[in-house]
Amino acid sequence: MTTPDPSTTITGSQAASNPSDKGDIGMNKTNLIAEPGKQDIILTRLFDAPRELLFRAFTDPELRTRWWGPRRYSTIVDKMDVRPGGVWRFINRDKEGNESGFHGVYHDVVSPERLVFTFEYEGMPGHVLLETVTLESQNGKTLLTDQSVFQSLADRDGMLQSGMESGANESMDRLDELVASL
Amino acid sequence: MFKALADHHRRHLLDSLSQTDGQTLTELCAQLPMSRFGAMKHLRILEEAGLVTTRKVGREKLHYLNPAPIQDIAAWVEHYRRLWEERFDRLEVVLQELQQKEQSNDHPRP
Repeated sequence: MTTPDPSTTITGSQAASNPSDKGDIGMNKTNLIAEPGKQDIILTRLFDAPRELLFRAFTDPELRTRWWGPRRYSTIVDKMDVRPGGVWRFINRDKEGNESGFHGVYHDVVSPERLVFTFEYEGMPGHVLLETVTLESQNGKTLLTDQSVFQSLADRDGMLQSGMESGANESMDRLDELVASL
Repeated sequence: MFKALADHHRRHLLDSLSQTDGQTLTELCAQLPMSRFGAMKHLRILEEAGLVTTRKVGREKLHYLNPAPIQDIAAWVEHYRRLWEERFDRLEVVLQELQQKEQSNDHPRP
């Protein structure tokens, strides 16, 4: 086993492709940067669509429910008032009817290039992050950059760790499905 | 753990150990622009985070990199990245459908 370089392993970006390298089959399309000691997470992805459509997919409630929540939840848009000062609230509901809520306030809405809003998981009230979604045109495609700024390093690292939990749950779901199909 | 990695001097020490494992205190201290006492403080934080282990050989204390906790973090980050990859994959499908719909609206069939 080779010893990883600690300063790069943590970013997770080395496993991901550069957004402009899209098209290489088997490469990750989503790039994640979480630098040690910085309280933000930056995600980028290049989409083969004009940014007006991406902006619509982010701001139209019906479209939003179709991609936002993990597969094992249905997403319900409770509120979505897309203008500065407007409130949004989504609910994820699992098969057993358990609900988790998320809400925030839109701060900046510039069609079709930028959305700035707060994000708070209702299971952990008081931990608010500021999310900025930027859409840039690149030769007919759109580069999406999603930056989340957390209130503390501990909050950011907690969010990264929550991915492990959800990922594990998703795998358990697949296991359930597999077992049910046998 | 993240805190231990948040300092660039400490990351330098880990990089150095990943190049050459089993270095003495003197060898490691010589690489940092600070007093021996300051460097020892950084090494102690790395030891407490489980990133560095030590072994006494004669009069020398040798330092070794323990990559396991870093691999744990890399796994969390990769899982989180994959959640978003899946979310963006779903978004891509929605975008493709919208584009198809727009095209068929431009060329309505009789």
